[in-house]
Amino acid sequence: MAVLARVFGDIDIAEDAVQDAFAEAARRWPRSGQPPSPAGWIITTARNRAIDRLRREAARTGKHAQAALLHADEQPGEEAGPVDDDRLRLMFTCCHPALGRAAQVALTLRLLGGLTTAEIAHAFLVPEPTMAQRLVRAKAKIRDAGIPYRVPAEADLPGRLTGVLAVVYLIFNEGYTASSGDQLARADLCTEAIRLGRLLARLMPDEPEVTGLLALMLLTESRRTARTGPDGALVLLAGQDRTRWDRSLIAEGQSLVRQCLRRGRPGPYQIQAAISAVHSDAPVAAATGWDQILTLYDQLLAVAPSPVAALNRAVAVAEVDGPAAALALVDGLPAASLDRYYLFHAIRADLLRRLGRRAEADAAYRAALARSGNAAERAHLALAK
Amino acid sequence: MKQYLLSIYQPDGDPPAPEVLEPIMRDISAVDQAMRDAGAWVFTGGLHAPDTATVLRAADGDVLVTDGPYAEGKEHVGGFWIIRAADLDEALAWARRATVACTLPVEVRPMVDMAEG
Repeated sequence: MAVLARVFGDIDIAEDAVQDAFAEAARRWPRSGQPPSPAGWIITTARNRAIDRLRREAARTGKHAQAALLHADEQPGEEAGPVDDDRLRLMFTCCHPALGRAAQVALTLRLLGGLTTAEIAHAFLVPEPTMAQRLVRAKAKIRDAGIPYRVPAEADLPGRLTGVLAVVYLIFNEGYTASSGDQLARADLCTEAIRLGRLLARLMPDEPEVTGLLALMLLTESRRTARTGPDGALVLLAGQDRTRWDRSLIAEGQSLVRQCLRRGRPGPYQIQAAISAVHSDAPVAAATGWDQILTLYDQLLAVAPSPVAALNRAVAVAEVDGPAAALALVDGLPAASLDRYYLFHAIRADLLRRLGRRAEADAAYRAALARSGNAAERAHLALAK
Repeated sequence: MKQYLLSIYQPDGDPPAPEVLEPIMRDISAVDQAMRDAGAWVFTGGLHAPDTATVLRAADGDVLVTDGPYAEGKEHVGGFWIIRAADLDEALAWARRATVACTLPVEVRPMVDMAEG
């Protein structure tokens, strides 16, 4: 897809061509066997099919088809060429700041992930025609406004990369919000986000925040099965059965954390991954290195202050200085921006319970439950606005 | 090369005092000159206030003439550039300089390439 989008300078043409090529493969391969390089075969076939189709259209009317043909002629025709570079270019195109966040997410999943429009719509709880419309509009803007297929210049890279990482992490979090919606569709989003994270980490090995994000997602994913109880209720970190954590994901995540922190260019994803890695080190909750975690949260708030980070820091404070100190911090946070966040209420509830303030704790638990029930819908609303 | 319309959106009402406006106009001229030097400049124009506008519309074989702007709002297009750019990133880079200079929002719209249809 990414190669063809570059060759033709048009995502729709590339998508049609790839579909043609797969249809051809489905007809031919069962009889003649799979070619030595299936990906190369698909790209070559798709390219030829698209050129045939464009020639037909160009002969009839389409100036647009002529333009795309010209574009294809200017591009080097290397079939087994640097596919990875094209993917990276497409990633920056999909996450271009001139596109809204919801469009960035949809385009990234459609063009770089392996999801169909129906699957994306399902995962984000929007009707399929709405998602299809969103994709059509975004692709039209890329074409008409001239959003380039290009990795940004060095000077713009940090800012643009932040946008790409935010999209990948948003996809991951949307999948990880296991409070409602179709569990399977949501697990797909985590898988896609990690795949995109791996791709980015391979393509941009010199960007420690890229590695940091991948590590953070792997370490978070390692706890997926442990974070819901048998009744489907959310189990907070302290209550999780740590034997159910995925050891191989933890090992990979921790190794990546060490690898990126060695570069001495810390950023929010690396620090969050490091915090997660400290949790992963503890065989039981009581053995958690809370002092270390608190130090890391102080660093996180220094590089990327946010109410959510301050809330999470308060959890570490509860372990180091006790629940009373933590509750004072939590109640000092801007409630207006956190009220709709179920963890704000869940954390308050836990602190109140530990202080023996049963009635207030119950109220806070109820508030948390009321908000986690439609977390996916709210996340979608935040996306769509 | 594509062409882009950069519109400056300015609030209705009186313009700022001369001592405020003067440095702004100087900054805008500098951006304008930079566009010309880079070969990106196609056209530029400043517009009189929206209440100087007249709207005409064809209806039932006649043409209706009304006094005032087509759309009433709190803001109006106060001026614009048409620039030539390789892609949106290049256009956005000019728009970034433009919005900083004029201290007002700038909208970037791609223009339809008549040759491409």
